Amino acid sequence: MHSITFIVFLPLVAAIVAGFSNKSFGAAFPKAVTTGALFLACALSWPVFIHYLSGGDTLPVVTVLKFIQSGTMSVDWALRQDSLTAVMLVVVTSVSALVHLYSWGYMSDDPDQPRFFAYLSLFTFAMLMLVTADNLVQMFFGWEGVGLASYLLIGFWFKKPTANAAAIKAFVVNRVGDLGFMLGIFGTYLVFNTVSIPEILHAAPGMAGSTIGFLGYRFDTMTVLCLLLFVGACGKSAQLGLHTWLPDAMEGPTPVSALIHAATMVTAGVFMVCRLSPMFEASPFALSVVMTVGAATCFFAATCGLVQTDIKRVIAYSTCSQLGYMFFAAGCGAYGAAMFHLFTHAFFKALLFLGAGSVIHAMHHEQDMRYYGGLRKSIPVTFWAMMAGTLAITGVGIPGILGLPQVGFAGFHSKDAIIEVAFASGQTGTWLVGVIVALLTSFYSWRLMFLTFWGRPRWEQSEHIQHAVHDAHGHGDHADDHGHAAHAHDDHAHGHDAHGDGTAGYHPHESPLPILIPLIVLSVGAVFAGWAFHSYFIEPTSGETYWHGAIAFREHLMHAMHEVPVWVKLSASIAMLLGLFSAWYAYIRNPALPAAVAEQFSVIYDFLLHKWYFDELYDKIFVKPAFALGRLFWHRGDEQTIDRFGPNGSAWLVSLGSRAAGKLQTGYLYTYAFVMLIGLTAAMTWAITR
Amino acid sequence: MSFPILSVMLAIPALAAIGCLFLSPSGARWLALVATLADFVLGVALWASFDIGGPQWQFVENAGSIGVFSWKLGIDGFALMLIMLSVFLMPICIGASWVAIEKRVQEYMAAFLVTEVLMIGTFAAQDLLLFYIFFEAGLIPMYLIIGIWGGANRIYASYKFFLYTLLGSLLMLVAMLWMIQYAGTTDIPTLLQTDFPVHAQTWLWLAFFASFAVKMPMWPVHTWLPDAHVQAPTAGSVILAGVLLKLGGYGFLRFLVPMFPEASAQFTWLILGLSAVAVIYASLVALVQSDMKKLIAYSSVAHMAIVTIGLFAFNRLGIEGAMIVMLSHGLVSGALFLCVGVIYDRLHTREIDRYGGLAINMPRYALLFLFFTMASIGLPGTSGFVGEFLSLGGTYQVSTTITLLCTTGIILGAAYMLYLYRRVVFGDLTKDDVRAMPDLSLREIALLAPIAAVVLWMGVYPESFLAPMRSDVGTLVARVARAKPAGDSLPKAGTGIVPAAHAEAHK
Repeated sequence: MHSITFIVFLPLVAAIVAGFSNKSFGAAFPKAVTTGALFLACALSWPVFIHYLSGGDTLPVVTVLKFIQSGTMSVDWALRQDSLTAVMLVVVTSVSALVHLYSWGYMSDDPDQPRFFAYLSLFTFAMLMLVTADNLVQMFFGWEGVGLASYLLIGFWFKKPTANAAAIKAFVVNRVGDLGFMLGIFGTYLVFNTVSIPEILHAAPGMAGSTIGFLGYRFDTMTVLCLLLFVGACGKSAQLGLHTWLPDAMEGPTPVSALIHAATMVTAGVFMVCRLSPMFEASPFALSVVMTVGAATCFFAATCGLVQTDIKRVIAYSTCSQLGYMFFAAGCGAYGAAMFHLFTHAFFKALLFLGAGSVIHAMHHEQDMRYYGGLRKSIPVTFWAMMAGTLAITGVGIPGILGLPQVGFAGFHSKDAIIEVAFASGQTGTWLVGVIVALLTSFYSWRLMFLTFWGRPRWEQSEHIQHAVHDAHGHGDHADDHGHAAHAHDDHAHGHDAHGDGTAGYHPHESPLPILIPLIVLSVGAVFAGWAFHSYFIEPTSGETYWHGAIAFREHLMHAMHEVPVWVKLSASIAMLLGLFSAWYAYIRNPALPAAVAEQFSVIYDFLLHKWYFDELYDKIFVKPAFALGRLFWHRGDEQTIDRFGPNGSAWLVSLGSRAAGKLQTGYLYTYAFVMLIGLTAAMTWAITR
Repeated sequence: MSFPILSVMLAIPALAAIGCLFLSPSGARWLALVATLADFVLGVALWASFDIGGPQWQFVENAGSIGVFSWKLGIDGFALMLIMLSVFLMPICIGASWVAIEKRVQEYMAAFLVTEVLMIGTFAAQDLLLFYIFFEAGLIPMYLIIGIWGGANRIYASYKFFLYTLLGSLLMLVAMLWMIQYAGTTDIPTLLQTDFPVHAQTWLWLAFFASFAVKMPMWPVHTWLPDAHVQAPTAGSVILAGVLLKLGGYGFLRFLVPMFPEASAQFTWLILGLSAVAVIYASLVALVQSDMKKLIAYSSVAHMAIVTIGLFAFNRLGIEGAMIVMLSHGLVSGALFLCVGVIYDRLHTREIDRYGGLAINMPRYALLFLFFTMASIGLPGTSGFVGEFLSLGGTYQVSTTITLLCTTGIILGAAYMLYLYRRVVFGDLTKDDVRAMPDLSLREIALLAPIAAVVLWMGVYPESFLAPMRSDVGTLVARVARAKPAGDSLPKAGTGIVPAAHAEAHK
């Protein structure tokens, strides 16, 4: 048995055990089983990664079982473990294990914990099947499996209508992408007569310049295939047009957002493009589409993130935007840089989400940043963890100029590499977008920090906090000293605070250890992951050694990336500083400014606040018409056309003889059965007597 | 001649049906259960002793002929799989009717047993007229099940069912008689080798098509199905969706395509077009239904369209996919009708809006219903995916446009099934009568769990189901190879030179 078998199937077994465990065992048993399995899987994954870091040879593909055999369509359940998979293995199992641990604290009051942990482990299994896939069909299995887990976890609190709506939206929008993926698999099979990924990648360069029929026209083969597959990637990775499900997915519990909607599942699209990079290399047009969509998403999501007030939605748009960065790196041909950003992003974005969860936990389920403020002192560990995440995402570091060593937080190494590579590959426009978005990223990230942790507390306006204060009083803990104050506040108009300090008498508490440990571990990742691993992912020579053919690695592009002019190297850092400064000015120095700007440019503000009106547009052109057409077909089609002129018409003709259709009584039933029998008897008689 | 296993499989339920009429209600239930289980055991033996890769027709029995009519039975891989589906679902149907049917229990059980005889007979018949008799007679007990044990509007539903099927049947009978005249035999294996004149094929094809398209049902002759399902008792719906709808597909596979290959090729676009319409039309109609059974009935129309496109792709992928869709749909929609039956038995309404929040008081039900919902959507790992994937993949080689249109079914299917699931199972528990509903009983779990197991098996290791059919698919593909249309998506050889950056795609 190879360790990869355990890595992949332990979470599945744990999910089954936890899901079917008897309720009388209590929640501790399923929690322990799933968390234990994940830590074990994580412990087994790192050696695989280290094996490749130390220059080991490609490990064998482990075949588990035959899956589909239909002519030349031959598919196995098989586990691939090359250096690309190894990156994903450590990302998936590490974040998942930490999220399992975190959920011990975060979900401790929930009555449905066994179900929650079973879903988490099921998700991890599906994600591992995706990243270890050796053929496109198994990849699709994992693809849909993570979709299912995402659906179940977004809708975990199934009593909430908004959570249910978000869950369905996530599944259905993803299915639009899946349509592209499926057609892509069909087309790939048609062209290459196989769905085995290594065989396809081997044959892909030879198909460059060929044409294929699609929808009645003929197109460049590789362009059609890559674009179809890329539609799938857009769905899962929430790229512009198919992104609408991701912000709504924040209805799920926060650990889910960290694991699925930040670190792992949403990066599946990037992983797919990198996995199939030799195919994309054969179609420059498809690559430029990937780059353009990535850059557009990157910009779009960052602008939406500027004005959101829900802390999780800010991070959700930030995720969407960072995924855009990864795609435009891939579109430039820098697959290593895309994977590098995927890797570092997994750590710092999971950290930001889990940190946000800790804040929400401390603020009694309040998610609106307008009602935060001044939390720095109350929850210091969370604050410093979030700070590490923010320094990482905004890309703080020392650029490698003037002979200085290039050292910085995780995002500095990966994001700056992407911006530089965009310039190096001659895509000046894309490079400019990358720099602008770096500024926006810095602005919304620091805005989040300043609104949450700096300034005066604005807690008393929050209904959640008011409830918390009332409940505490109701339970009689501090009935005498705080109770009176809370009542006084309640009796007076809103906005007046009896304490006069905006806290409404609420005391946020730092989260328990199961929450803090993952934050600390991920902080280490956010600080050091970029510096420690950049040479393996993106350096020309060591990168070539590490990837070992697992992705298309353009060595000369990596050289060019390191030789961009100094001002290009500085551009991202300057943008970051500008973003930091403007956020500081608007939210610390002059807090009245944002409201004034919003009022001055209300059109733009509304446009951003409504997320460029995508939801409204889709509702008008897809959702409503689908229901209207359904009703039209049903009533006008089935009832008033087909039935009217079909069976009802003939019924009317038949009933002319008996004058009334109402006479269709039970007695007729036997008549019809009799007629059928007579027909049969006649046929038999004819056959026998002939 | 060896043990006549097929005749025995027909005799057991036939004798049990007569026996039921002379027993008490509970005696009839037990007899029916024992008889159907016995047939299931024989079915397993049949599958186990089926020689994969052996002769095309196995377990052949010929009891001699009277006139042109002969009692000749025998099966190939297609028939084997469909017989397995029938004998697997039958005991489940009897179990589903255990407490729900209270009036005329003996006759009800007899009707089901007769249905079983006729279904097995249809799939096993090797004589054209024998086939016709089983095929047509199979509708009579179904017709009675809907008409006697059905819902409030049962007479209209059974009447509609009757009218639709009558016309097709008559045309098919005439066509069959012509074929017997021409070929001088009623032997199906011989007829499968006969090359009918191309101009005659067109008319024969249309006559057979009239009958099979209704059974399938294909758009626009599908409107009997929602009414029949809505009015039928739960087990009636299961057998209707599970087995009777497969008669149409079996007819296409056994007669229409191999006997009239030129005509089939000529009408390919008719079939593909109607199927594409059916997928989109039926899915959209399913989206707006407020009656659970109607919703699932319309989803059946959409799923069966995936069968027809796969068959008319005339390649291995498509035909194997079509067969798996048929088997999968038989299991999954059968199970979905059982799921509806479970809550119908408790609240006596099929109105979706009357439910909500069942996940709270019926967690086991929520889990199984979710599983079958996902199987219906075609989630990989369930049988639904394997069938859809192969069928659509086969179609892609013929027409990318049709494939694109039909693949929208995976989006719309997810929309209507999840919307249904959300309204029934999710949400808060606000209604007192819904809150009082107990979770699945052991009997209900015993009905649903085996189906779930097979759906999972077919989804993870479909090889068990594909292997027996493999050589038959080969025969069929070879038979139509001479006529099948070329695909519109065939690639031309490449130059191996990557075009310059940002080249136009339209070249």
